[in-house]
Amino acid sequence: MELTANKFKANASKALVDAQLQKALGNVEKGFIGKRQKAADALPEFDALRDNARDIKNHTLAHLDLYLEEYERKVTAAGGHVHWAETAEDARRIVLDICKKANARTVTKGKSMITEEIALNDHLSANGIEPVETDLGEYIIQLRGEHPSHIIAPAVHLNKEQVEGDFRRVHTHLAKDRDLTEPVSLLSEAREVLRQRYFAADVGITGANFLIAETGSSVIVTNEGNGDLTQTLGKVHVVVASIEKIVPTLEDTSQILRVLARSATGQDMSVYTTFSTGPKREEDPDGPDEYHVVLLDNGRSAMLGTEYQDMLRCIRCGACMNHCPVYHAVGGHAYGSVYPGPMGAVLTPSLNGIDETGQLPNASTFCGRCEAVCPMRIPLPKMMRHWREREFERNLTPAVARYGLKAWAFFAKRPKLYRFAASLGMPLLSLFGGTSRRFHALPFAGGWTRYRDLPAPEGRTFQQAWAQREALKQEAGH
Amino acid sequence: MSARDSILGKIRATMGSPASNDDRRKAVLERLADTPTGIIPGRAKLPKAEQVELFCEMAEQFGATLARVSTYGEVAGEVSGYLRARNLPAAIRMGADERLKKAGWETEKNLELRYGLSDGGDLAGVSHATAGIAETGTVAMMSGQDNPTTINFLPEHHIVVIKAADIKGDMESVWAMVRKKQGKGEMPRALNLITGPSRSGDIEQTILLGAHGPRALHVIVVE
Repeated sequence: MELTANKFKANASKALVDAQLQKALGNVEKGFIGKRQKAADALPEFDALRDNARDIKNHTLAHLDLYLEEYERKVTAAGGHVHWAETAEDARRIVLDICKKANARTVTKGKSMITEEIALNDHLSANGIEPVETDLGEYIIQLRGEHPSHIIAPAVHLNKEQVEGDFRRVHTHLAKDRDLTEPVSLLSEAREVLRQRYFAADVGITGANFLIAETGSSVIVTNEGNGDLTQTLGKVHVVVASIEKIVPTLEDTSQILRVLARSATGQDMSVYTTFSTGPKREEDPDGPDEYHVVLLDNGRSAMLGTEYQDMLRCIRCGACMNHCPVYHAVGGHAYGSVYPGPMGAVLTPSLNGIDETGQLPNASTFCGRCEAVCPMRIPLPKMMRHWREREFERNLTPAVARYGLKAWAFFAKRPKLYRFAASLGMPLLSLFGGTSRRFHALPFAGGWTRYRDLPAPEGRTFQQAWAQREALKQEAGH
Repeated sequence: MSARDSILGKIRATMGSPASNDDRRKAVLERLADTPTGIIPGRAKLPKAEQVELFCEMAEQFGATLARVSTYGEVAGEVSGYLRARNLPAAIRMGADERLKKAGWETEKNLELRYGLSDGGDLAGVSHATAGIAETGTVAMMSGQDNPTTINFLPEHHIVVIKAADIKGDMESVWAMVRKKQGKGEMPRALNLITGPSRSGDIEQTILLGAHGPRALHVIVVE
């Protein structure tokens, strides 16, 4: 997709007045927050498992080169092929080559954010191969020519009436007078339509939630079963995964699985957790004839050893965006990048550079909920602050903000002057506040006051109020 | 330089002195050899009898239906009863699992038995689970002739037979069983952990059962 991260402010303004979108976004809070909380509360060991999951990934990242080598050795021993891709372009080329060798006309796809990252569908289409998304949400947005607005609920920005419209527009072979008012009828229709596609596809492409060094297995975690049909029925199974998906052992995978589904959808376990190891074996009646893994770097190795390394622990559960007030207000498309929400605000600048994405780490209220719910304990707000610092250093911050910050820093470094200026300013502002006690507009702060009023100060500065409070306490003490 | 060497080189460049590589390699090999167990939730550490109870309770909570029989000979009757109760055709698909062969099919004269992989034309499939996980009501299925993977996903109704003795408290116990069967570090081509019937929440975050996989999961526990 085209990166429009630096149009976030404009995109957000549009999103805020989009009635359809606002209605659909209500489902994010309703559908995720309570369920996650309930699942976490039901497991007394949940927080200890989060610590352990974090430690497992930290250990893996500190030994990533060695675990990748072990993983490759095991995949090869099981009859699979490992392909290394430094860039998105390399990965696209490798997947296309595999598809061409298989004489593929159509490929089915399990839900995968990594293939969004490398823009695989457009590349396959441009080369005469039809990609068919099989996850219900992904299928819907493919019909609409859109991109996922959420990493685990790609069509969360849509309402069922919109889906009905799309199905009527595209599934023209079905009776016109069929009843599609209930979501379950939409689901059944997608099931019927896609069933045929699995059998017709030459290649099945999936992502991976984990790659296990101990066994050379790729793991997908799903609820619908489409990923399994995709990778079982195609003659060739291609796994596209980034290098940080590695975990050492089956036991380590189990630890992280215990926090993954609970954080994502509030399930104890997703319906299908599938471990795939190599192609069909001699005695196997089913499974793919070929098994390929495309290992993608695309900027991740450059995050190692930097203040953004912790981001490589991310397991893509979506909890950060599910709990983000900014995401709730504007939805995923406003971020203008493959990965929305807080994790995207940190990862996208790492992958695409801060010049093109500077608005994303600013799309935050720093309320800290993302970090509080992250199963891998990734300090997302801290990393957004690092990106803001990089942005400031590179002179990308808007002039008003830069001069404002400089002016504030001038006073902040001189406490006496600060107190003096504040003691003059507060009564003055209070005076201008008038009878309404609110400002509807302020110079240099139009962007803020356009959507809300600023309450007028009551006349005293914080420090004055504090000093008075302390004095009163002293008196009460005597 | 190959892409492989370039990526590994970039990673190594962030790892400090080359001297530390021997220590790092030692740590990796140790972890892969020892496969240390992490935190096992308290609810997965119940005594055996309670594990089976918890398994049944959790499987039902996540949308599976459940039946308990005392011998393999009763399985066929249970399967027929399940199909009749849902007005399904008397036909099932299954693999070559020896335990399923002893399920008492000879008493179900009207039941059509189809063997081998599913081609999508079966309404009901029967598989035998390798293990069960009480912690989450999950069944573990291993690919192969005995239980083709397609049977886990294509039929509308998936009937899973499991031996009570194979029901363990936690997921880690399943890894021990798989290692015993396959050898350390080895896996079957596909290992499916299945928890309830297929579902989707992709339309307005409303959970609906029966997405692309089975609409129903029926578990038969053989004591």
